[in-house]
Amino acid sequence: MAEHIETSNDVTVALPTITERIPTVVVDDAHVIYRVHKGASGGTSPVAALKRIASRTSAPNIREVHAVKGVSFTAYRGEAVGLIGSNGSGKSTLLRAIAGLLPVNRGAVYTQGQPSLLGVNAALLNDLSGERNVTLGCLAMGMHPDDVQRLAPDIIEFSGINQRGDFASLPMRTYSSGMSARLRFSIAAAKKHDVLLIDEALATGDKGFRKRSEQRVRELREGAGTVFLVSHQLSSVRDTCERTIWLESGELRMDGPTDEVLRAYEDFSNGK
Amino acid sequence: MANTALADPDAGLTQAQLAARYGLRVAGERPSLADYTRRLWTYRHFIAAYSNAKLVASFSNARLGQLWQVLTPLTNAAVYYLIFGLVLKQNSIPNFIAYLTAGLFIFNFTQTAVQNGTQSITGNLGLIRALHFPRACLPLAVMLTQFQQLLASLVVLVGIVLVTGEPLTVEWLLLVPVVLLQALFNAGLTMAVARAGSKIADLKQVMPFLLRTWMYGSGVLYNVALFEENLPGWATRLVEANPMLVYIELARHALLEGAPLLNSSMLQLWLYAVGWAVVMGVGGFIYFWRGEQEYGRG
Repeated sequence: MAEHIETSNDVTVALPTITERIPTVVVDDAHVIYRVHKGASGGTSPVAALKRIASRTSAPNIREVHAVKGVSFTAYRGEAVGLIGSNGSGKSTLLRAIAGLLPVNRGAVYTQGQPSLLGVNAALLNDLSGERNVTLGCLAMGMHPDDVQRLAPDIIEFSGINQRGDFASLPMRTYSSGMSARLRFSIAAAKKHDVLLIDEALATGDKGFRKRSEQRVRELREGAGTVFLVSHQLSSVRDTCERTIWLESGELRMDGPTDEVLRAYEDFSNGK
Repeated sequence: MANTALADPDAGLTQAQLAARYGLRVAGERPSLADYTRRLWTYRHFIAAYSNAKLVASFSNARLGQLWQVLTPLTNAAVYYLIFGLVLKQNSIPNFIAYLTAGLFIFNFTQTAVQNGTQSITGNLGLIRALHFPRACLPLAVMLTQFQQLLASLVVLVGIVLVTGEPLTVEWLLLVPVVLLQALFNAGLTMAVARAGSKIADLKQVMPFLLRTWMYGSGVLYNVALFEENLPGWATRLVEANPMLVYIELARHALLEGAPLLNSSMLQLWLYAVGWAVVMGVGGFIYFWRGEQEYGRG
């Protein structure tokens, strides 16, 4: 369907471009609630636990965090949407819900195809070498082993972990935090995506790597239908996104053109 | 067609209707059982690579490295032989050391797979929240890692059996279907405990006791004839159907000449073995699949 419409647009370019807007991500009153284990604190004694079981109340060291509270919006093909908000406002959680990695408790998220989350937090095996992690990460993204073998040298080259000697064959636990973040980003960015969700990934690593990764994200954007970008660097949101959504403590505070939303957000953060 | 629509045709639609109009799907929707199985099959390389990686990682800090794959079962066998063979003399069984190690290694396969399987979801939440793949990959990889361990243990076992003077017969080949049926049984069981463990964190504490009880009920360390001597008839029939006892008896029957068996009929043993493998393999898979969307929540 998508290809069909694009070609029909090519034929009729003479007309003013009021193209049909095709939604790719529809979020309908989504609520996400995390269950967090607080760790040892008051009320963990055996007697208290027995009392809880008898009275059928939930354990006090499990707290529910209502991270996203009833967010609704629609994103369309060809859009790049920025997500901003202070720490803990539910941006990353919302991205995970869109990616289908974290189920919503109420409401619904509908997507075109399978969105991919491009983050730096793809946990891998720290006891294994960088090379093996590349193979494992690519296979986990559903790549064919032949493709993995073909792409692996490029991924390691892109991450730049071999700039100071042969680190690719060392276990990942020996890496600096910057190096392992770079490798994770490189693995995640090696795949093509329909709907692309980028979580703070542009802030990773040193200046040279940041340039390379911004370039790669631009390439990925050209191939992807819709891009979401979570970032604390407002400049990168301004550069890449024409539309911005502002979340504050799990609620949608503003949704509109990037300039307007960023201005309001800056006023808000300065006024605090 | 795109350019003629000046008025927004989508005005007045609810979000859900809009999504339906353009054929969008619910994010993270659970695929049908057939689709899920197909997807799992396309991820077979990931399962293999992940289980290999886990195996390598578990020895990466040890000085003797993967030699421990063989040393661990050997040491285990030595300790149990010291206690049950030399200190608490067992004279009722011919070739007790081979009888003991066969039971021990077969049981250990299931025991470790279940123990690690209980944590296969909770221990990989980072991976689950970052990437898309059929979650059944994780418990299956745990099973496969333990299967590789079992193969190393079986090399040790065959060595012990030969050294203790058992003849090499055609019946040894029966060990192959036994181990494969047990692997299928374990795959289902590992998936089942993986889902249960992701819901109930306390299962991790309870598991060692359940497994130890199971071990004593499977006649690993002593003569299985003790069940018949000390239990009422119905209880003995129950123990006869215990899947672990079934797989252990079959393995002993394949390798050893004079091993005492609780089940008198070989046909009944094989029927139990196939039945358990199919019921647990399919049942565990379906049970795990039904929870597929929930695993990211933790």
